[in-house]
Amino acid sequence: MHAFNYQHPKSVADAAAALSKGGDAKLLAGGQSLVAAMKLRLAAPTDLIDLSGIKELAGIKVEGAGITIGAMTRHAEVARSEEVRAKIPALAGLAGGIGDRMVRNMGTLGGSLAHNDPVADYPAAVLGLNATVNTNKRKIAADDFFKGMFETALQTGEIIVSVSFPVPKRAAYIKFRNPASRYAIVGVLAAETGSGVRVAVTGAASSVFRVAAMEKALAAKWSPDAVAGISVPSAGLNSDMHASAEYRAHLVTVMARRAVEAAK
Amino acid sequence: MKISMSVNGKPVSAEVETRTLLVTYIRDNLRLTGTHVGCDTGQCGACTIHMNGQAVKSCNILALQAEGADILTIEGLAKADGTLHPMQEAFREHHGLQCGFCTPGMVMSAVDLVNKHPNPSEETIRAELDGNLCRCTGYHNIVKAVKAASAKM
Amino acid sequence: MGDMNTIGVSVKRKEDYRFLTGAGNYTDDVTLPHQSYACFVRSPHAHAKIKGIKKDKALRAPGVLAIYTGEDWAAAKVGGLPCGWLITDVHGQPMKEPLHPCLAQGKANHVGDQIAVVIAETYNQARDAAELVEVDYAVLPAVVDVASALKQGAPQIHEAAPGNTCYVWALGDKGATDKAFASAAHVTKLEFINNRLVPNAIEPRAVNASYARHDESYTLYVANQNPHVERLLMTAFVLGLPEQKVRVIAPDVGGGFGSKIYLYAEDVVLTWASKRVNRPIKWTAERSESFVSDAHGRDHATTAELALDKDGKFLALRVHTKAAMGAYLSTFGSCVPTILYATLLAGQYTTPAIYAEVTAVFTNTVPVDAYRGAGRPEATYVVERLVETAAREMKIDPAEIRRRNFIKTFPYQTPVALQYDIGDYEATLAEAMKLADVAGFPARRAEAAKRGKKRGLGYSCYIEACGIAPSAVAGALGARAGLFEAGEIRVHPTGKVTVFTGSHSHGQGHETTFAQVVASRLGIPVDDVDVVHGDTGRVLFGMGTYGSRSLAVGGTAIVKALDKVVNKGKKIAAHLLEASDTDIEFKDGQFKVAGTDKAVPFGSVALTAYVPHNYPHDKLEPGLNEQAFYDPSNFTFPAGSHICEVEIDPDTGITRIVNFTAVDDFGNIVNPMIVEGQVHGGLTQGIGQALTEACVYDKESGQLLTGSYLDYCMPRADDVPSYKVGTKVTACTHNPLGVKGCGEAGAIGAPPALINAITDALGIREIEMPATPERVWRAANKKA
Repeated sequence: MHAFNYQHPKSVADAAAALSKGGDAKLLAGGQSLVAAMKLRLAAPTDLIDLSGIKELAGIKVEGAGITIGAMTRHAEVARSEEVRAKIPALAGLAGGIGDRMVRNMGTLGGSLAHNDPVADYPAAVLGLNATVNTNKRKIAADDFFKGMFETALQTGEIIVSVSFPVPKRAAYIKFRNPASRYAIVGVLAAETGSGVRVAVTGAASSVFRVAAMEKALAAKWSPDAVAGISVPSAGLNSDMHASAEYRAHLVTVMARRAVEAAK
Repeated sequence: MKISMSVNGKPVSAEVETRTLLVTYIRDNLRLTGTHVGCDTGQCGACTIHMNGQAVKSCNILALQAEGADILTIEGLAKADGTLHPMQEAFREHHGLQCGFCTPGMVMSAVDLVNKHPNPSEETIRAELDGNLCRCTGYHNIVKAVKAASAKM
Repeated sequence: MGDMNTIGVSVKRKEDYRFLTGAGNYTDDVTLPHQSYACFVRSPHAHAKIKGIKKDKALRAPGVLAIYTGEDWAAAKVGGLPCGWLITDVHGQPMKEPLHPCLAQGKANHVGDQIAVVIAETYNQARDAAELVEVDYAVLPAVVDVASALKQGAPQIHEAAPGNTCYVWALGDKGATDKAFASAAHVTKLEFINNRLVPNAIEPRAVNASYARHDESYTLYVANQNPHVERLLMTAFVLGLPEQKVRVIAPDVGGGFGSKIYLYAEDVVLTWASKRVNRPIKWTAERSESFVSDAHGRDHATTAELALDKDGKFLALRVHTKAAMGAYLSTFGSCVPTILYATLLAGQYTTPAIYAEVTAVFTNTVPVDAYRGAGRPEATYVVERLVETAAREMKIDPAEIRRRNFIKTFPYQTPVALQYDIGDYEATLAEAMKLADVAGFPARRAEAAKRGKKRGLGYSCYIEACGIAPSAVAGALGARAGLFEAGEIRVHPTGKVTVFTGSHSHGQGHETTFAQVVASRLGIPVDDVDVVHGDTGRVLFGMGTYGSRSLAVGGTAIVKALDKVVNKGKKIAAHLLEASDTDIEFKDGQFKVAGTDKAVPFGSVALTAYVPHNYPHDKLEPGLNEQAFYDPSNFTFPAGSHICEVEIDPDTGITRIVNFTAVDDFGNIVNPMIVEGQVHGGLTQGIGQALTEACVYDKESGQLLTGSYLDYCMPRADDVPSYKVGTKVTACTHNPLGVKGCGEAGAIGAPPALINAITDALGIREIEMPATPERVWRAANKKA
């Protein structure tokens, strides 16, 4: 790891100020991706701004028809939250399946979203449940947030404060894990939400995406059979030694079918 | 920078480079060499310790992130008189270790596992041990040990 | 005094308390006064000319003590790393042995090849400075697989090895084999790759070398399986140092599986540099470095054919194998695909004619050497895949075809050099079939089919040659080292015992098993016996631990030393009891005058030996300390039957192992708990090879694509089942313990059992290892 300056602000405003001071500053949330990348010298920020001391970024709150989760909430806290388990079990289940138990005890919702790793789980939850990403500057709709591989709509100096998840009528997330890394090769979140049916796929492409044909079919009839015959084109999907694009395309259908089944 | 924390019930503090990993601080500064490093991608779990009561991978955390924390390492798990923790005892009883290298991380992870799943099935144990690699035992006896320990913890 | 005989008892391990409390002492845990640290600059290219190295900037970086490159190495006139086994080719010529430099000499031959070493006050400083070493590379085309390396016009790796060929070697009677094929009723032919594996002991390799000016001696802490061999090779073949001035200590070692047998460049470079910088130097591999610098395993491309008569009786076996050596010959790389492979091709069967031809090939990859099983898993895979496939083709039950061909009388001379002393293959197969409930399989398969799942069952009846070996035989076959073992029994005046063994434990539990052997023979508690290993400064000599040889060879050396202790004890006792030596018998810790109740306990005899007031000084020296060397008269031949049952989800291609049964014959067993643990671990590594682990190089660039645990799939707890294991015993006929060895069996037997089960489930002939979900999905859905 390269040397860097370290800051530990107590408020979002202070963190934003530190972030805008120039240099190659990065926010440190749980560090499960960032510290790992720095260790391998794949990332070498000049400044690290640790968000762990900022109280306003923590906590899970039930608000109206939804749940708002602070950006620094650990995956494990989401997974075992009584509120989340009661109202959006698919989200609790997804959080409980990220990485491994030790990673879940450190990794955070905000960190995962800001990083937007194409094989991460949370993007499927945010997009599939039609969540809203609340930053220190604005509210960003899920459909506008994910821009591409490791790219989001976040601007310089913008910090995720929390994410608001509307409670769906039903939803489930099923993933096919990479046997080695255990990240998603394909993860599908299927949900019937207040704003319609949504099917979000992570792991398969450069960034999370929705499958319109499946959403349409499920809107007509919520049944595993409705999606069983619908496949996504393999062109443009990820292809590597663990899974070819063709195999990933096939798995999208299988995982979608199983997610719908699980969300009965 | 200066860091302070509690390790195995004792307050410690030191001046460290910002880039010091928690595991490096534990092994090199505190000379608690029971916590091991088996990989550089956060997969093997040999470095697992407890931070504020939760199992974490100390190779994937900066020492600075543990400021003010309560840290428990394998050296602090047995009683002061040397009596093994039920999980350690179960690993011994069921031959849940061979070369011993993954063992401290495996045991710390297993204690956390049982804290979270008090009466785990074999399936739960196997699934929840996915953050710890062992190359010697084939996991068979580790699973047996965790199951046995869960009855005594 | 209770019964001190613990042979066959699952005594809990003496070593566990320290491992469980974090008190283990591994090489990286050793930090010496004035410690400095090394970081290696490694080639990012698979094949490249080194046009120049600039180190000025790096030398000016904070904390840097020294930087050495290939030029410094050449100037110091030190040698390359030796290969410990000379293979003579089919034309009677020696194998090609290109220079294996410790720091590259003008050319890098694989990703990870050592180019330079940076030594600094801290590891971070060494690592920072290593980034400042500027190496000017001219990238050359690379070749990473054996088939491509042998093609006309392939990139040439070493001038000394034209056509990238190290040797072409053969074993067996070609004429008789070809003749048998010509008249066979049925021939089964398979072509396959035995996939390259990365051993991945969880403790990365580590070295801590220091030099003492006062007596001009070196001390090397190193994660190693055979410290005396390490010392011998390094002093005599590379550095030219006086052997007595080098102490090699392999303290607690976190798994080896073969990968820590070898003399590595890092060990030699640090030892050499420690005198130059006059500081202890420590290097611990980061896992990414382990992937590109630890010797890999397997990597064979094989064509194999089995000839059978109309009743399924095996007539002949013909095998052609291309085996990767990697970029250089590792310490024992040359003997793995020859001596440890072709000699095992008879398996458990009476196949009368066998011919094997092996071409060893250099590729731009990490060197390949012995990995758990070493040659024997590859041989077993050949035989057991062929046998199972032939049975299916001839519509003979796979168990029945094996029974028809089992060797039933012993000793049995195979057509491929080995003579099996004893075994009972029908017994292990029958027991395995019972434990696996083979009879109930059709019902389970039908039930799974109702759920849309495909079940399959596969067998593997393996044999291995362990306890390597008679030195004279090994020498005749090209070994450049002896293969005996040494042991010493030091009885202390209080009757407590320290055992010194040349075997090395890195997980196998020698501190317990060896103590059981000694305590049982001396009639004392296991706790009164300590076992010391892994230190050339304390242990008289040793050849180390590999090839499942520790108890069969190392244990026997200890027994021989024990015999001497008992014999001397008898003489002391005879004096004390005023009897004749020949009338003394030793039993249950008592020296007794035969036929009387006159006795003296072991402890009193020990005390007398060291407080020799009343002592036969005219006949005996004081003290009770005996040594023995033991060179075995034959290999041992553990064998067994493994049965694997899988259930496949054709939708995803995920294979679940629902039942894995292993019944092995390891000869007599000292500690069943430890033996079972060895089997579990071996099985998991074998399952890893067949199901999850693939070491993949990019064919164009020669980059290692599976260079971390994110891409190299290590088996996890949820990838494998709980195993059903059992044993049958035929005692080894030529060592006093009657033991054979158990360390590698699982890794040898598991891969063909698992692949046979998958091919059975899918009704296919072949599937490549590892049978990843995508490969299985394609096979299940008949996709190309």
